[in-house]
Amino acid sequence: MLLFILKRLGLAVLVAFTVSFISFSLLFMAGDPAAALAGETASGEDIESIRKLYGFDRPMLVQYGDWLISALQFNFGESYYFRLPVSSLIVDRLGVTMTLGVCGITFALLTAVPLGVAAAIRPNSIIDRVALFLSVAGQAMPSFWFGLILIVIFAIQLGWLPPSGASSPAHFIMPTIVLGYYAMPAIMRLTRAGMLDVLSSDYIRTARAKGAPEGRVLFRHALRNAIIPVVSLAAVQMGFMLGGSIVVESIFALHGAGFLAWESIARNDLPTVQALILVFSMFYIVFTFLADVLNAWLDPRMRSS
Amino acid sequence: MEKPLLSVRNLTLDIPVGGGTLHAVRGIDFDLMRGETLCIVGESGSGKSLTSLALMGLLGKTIRRSADRMDFDGTDILTAKPRAMRALRGDRMAMIFQEPMTSLNPAYTIGDQLTEALLLHKSVSREAARDRAVELLEKVGITAARSRLGQYPHQLSGGLRQRVMIAMALMCEPELIIADEPTTALDVTIQAQILRLLYDLGREMNMAMILITHDLGVVARVADKVAVMYAGELVETGPATDVFNTPSHPYTRGLLRCIPQPGKTERGSTLGTIPGIVPSLIGDVQGCAFRTRCPFAQAECKADIPRREEGTHMFRCIHPDGKRHAEEEVTA
Amino acid sequence: MTQVETHDPILAEITGPTPGQMLRKRVFGHQGLMIGVVVLVILTLVAIFAPLLAPHDPYAQSLMTRMEPPVFLGGDWEHPLGTDHLGRDYLSRLIYGARVSLMIGVIAALISGVIGTAMGVAAGYFGGRVDMVVTFLINVRLAMPVVLVALAVVAILGGSLQVVIVVLGLLLWDRFAVVMRASTLQVRGREYVAAARAIGASTPRVILSEIMPNIANNLIVVVTLEMAHAILLEAALSFLGLGVQPPTPSWGLMVSEGKNMMLFEPWMVLIPGAVLFILVLAINLMGDGLRDVTAPENRS
Repeated sequence: MLLFILKRLGLAVLVAFTVSFISFSLLFMAGDPAAALAGETASGEDIESIRKLYGFDRPMLVQYGDWLISALQFNFGESYYFRLPVSSLIVDRLGVTMTLGVCGITFALLTAVPLGVAAAIRPNSIIDRVALFLSVAGQAMPSFWFGLILIVIFAIQLGWLPPSGASSPAHFIMPTIVLGYYAMPAIMRLTRAGMLDVLSSDYIRTARAKGAPEGRVLFRHALRNAIIPVVSLAAVQMGFMLGGSIVVESIFALHGAGFLAWESIARNDLPTVQALILVFSMFYIVFTFLADVLNAWLDPRMRSS
Repeated sequence: MEKPLLSVRNLTLDIPVGGGTLHAVRGIDFDLMRGETLCIVGESGSGKSLTSLALMGLLGKTIRRSADRMDFDGTDILTAKPRAMRALRGDRMAMIFQEPMTSLNPAYTIGDQLTEALLLHKSVSREAARDRAVELLEKVGITAARSRLGQYPHQLSGGLRQRVMIAMALMCEPELIIADEPTTALDVTIQAQILRLLYDLGREMNMAMILITHDLGVVARVADKVAVMYAGELVETGPATDVFNTPSHPYTRGLLRCIPQPGKTERGSTLGTIPGIVPSLIGDVQGCAFRTRCPFAQAECKADIPRREEGTHMFRCIHPDGKRHAEEEVTA
Repeated sequence: MTQVETHDPILAEITGPTPGQMLRKRVFGHQGLMIGVVVLVILTLVAIFAPLLAPHDPYAQSLMTRMEPPVFLGGDWEHPLGTDHLGRDYLSRLIYGARVSLMIGVIAALISGVIGTAMGVAAGYFGGRVDMVVTFLINVRLAMPVVLVALAVVAILGGSLQVVIVVLGLLLWDRFAVVMRASTLQVRGREYVAAARAIGASTPRVILSEIMPNIANNLIVVVTLEMAHAILLEAALSFLGLGVQPPTPSWGLMVSEGKNMMLFEPWMVLIPGAVLFILVLAINLMGDGLRDVTAPENRS
């Protein structure tokens, strides 16, 4: 188990460094960052002095080294647009995004797991069809469109919920549903498939042969085994959701890290974009790492090895 | 006369399949007394396992079960409510399955799984249940029993797991134990040990036992009664001595020819085989199912086959004595 | 269904249909698959024959007829689905929008399919170091937030249809790599592969003529899913104003333009979004259906 964790940790660190290099290289894809920073009206001399000032005249690898060392100290330089340290911008905005992400994955799990279990208990029943319909529709639903529909219905027509902003828990209801529904289909399908698989296994028959009541068979014997892969999927989805929060935050004007990403991309604020890509990637890497560890711990075969 | 513990009449199992109905088990009858061992013998696919699952009420929802009688010590298994069946299962009737590798839940310790049935059915403390588990683990020949309670199934070998399964089935001291080919998945040397153990424990606790197997060598040693199944039907049943001494159905004799007998089978001679394959049981099944492989088949075999009874020894054949003398003449 | 003539009723096996018939029955009996295929064929035809079908020029502005409602909300048949804020015919823009979405879906899936399949098959077939490297690359790719990276790159390179297609194509290869790697691993151990190697077939030959045909089923399923994924991403990018640029008729862009009028004219958001939803739904239904049909053992 310890060996597994160490190996997995090594992989996570390696992936993290690679991702950091890729997000840093974005800066150079943009062509001459000094020219971009100086603006269209700047003279050749202005550009040259900015190049020196920001150190863009050094070899790329040196610049990457510098950037990485600062990044490790959570210093991503200054935002071109906001003229503030990128790290403090991100810290300010991350709370909203994390809240949204946690609410979203909770909503997804609370709907997907019961639906998946119910669908697996009675395949081809009404509830199975409803679950299948919800998951097929969810996979095809453009989340920006779904969000706008919710706004039209619940904010404009019915007036029950505020259409945008983040000042109260009510503001988070619609964004949570939109983001959660995005993650729901995959979790639902995996739960259903896992339960179907486990329910036809020999040890479930053993449990029934002991005279265990149906509820005990389903939840203690079956779900305990079927839920193991769902845990890692939920972590992966959580990582995707944070990355996907950009769409939801822009629809509902939630000023989180996703919204910041949208703003800074639209304004060519590269240091902020780089840092955000790195931060979102780190969340994904950490979540999947924790999920793998949790997984190994939940599965006695891995725990003891 | 003593009442049988388990009495089954005309048990029939139908499985709806794509092209019609699969008549998997047709009209099974038998009685089992307390402490008695019944061996059900037959090829794979003959309906042995389905029969045992039907007794436990563990059939899948798609399988249709009907019978004239299915009585377990006064309880009608056929009409019993799910709750009543649950109360029986694991407590008064227990089952040992053929796949020890997959029949234990990988997520729980041996101790949890052993004590589960006891805690479900009897009001005992967790401590008492664990003590009982240790006692039974020792009884089935597992060393360091107490430390095994904390282990997970994947840490045990197949033989150990099957011993655990046996101990698990015995936890509530059931009156009936059904063992469905409990040793097929194991090494040959371990097979003998496990069967011996099962048999001894059955005697010791005066349990009735239904042992499903295709190993006639085993049957000869442990059975009080034998039931031979072919293609979903009981073709011959009776006291073990009768069935072995005067095997009457041509299929039973075919099976017996397939096992070598020390002293009788000549060195180097080929063992018998029964040519042909088991017929499909989809659609209407009529007449003797064995007729396509039977050396004595004739036109009448397509009609209804009479039950021939010699005391408690029963077989179904168009021929009054199942042509057993004809065969003796040939072999003699 | 034919019944074989036998004298023996117990031997009267019900002779099943031939494998071909069974496949046909599975395909045509699969509701989801049929619905998906029919809708997709219709939308593809609409995209191909857009110039013939569109009642107006999708770019023609008319300030006199701005934001006319669709017929079902009291508009006239001149503009069956109304006009947008620049007086452009909504139906015509929707019809041309099908071209954008389908082109993005097909080309992006092709590009990512080639990359991902090459990586996945190589990893599965050669194993060892190659596998380690590919698995690592997949991990890196999965760690990058797609929407964010796509947005950033498109913004840097300038939003245009070509850029969006290429960027999405270069980003969406992960599922191809994962699935193709797993499928190749499964197939690699089969006897016919060993046989081909034993008679001295070259590695490319074994991969092309023994491995590929046997993993094509899974490949097709992933192609459909990634098409849907690419179409949704393009719409999201364009909706955020950083994908396909105006005046190109992209459905995501139409939703974005309609958003400002949402308070009074919600149909401007509902219609293009609904069409997008239907297209993606059709592709997904087809993908799920193909998976069910080609892998009978997976069907419940």
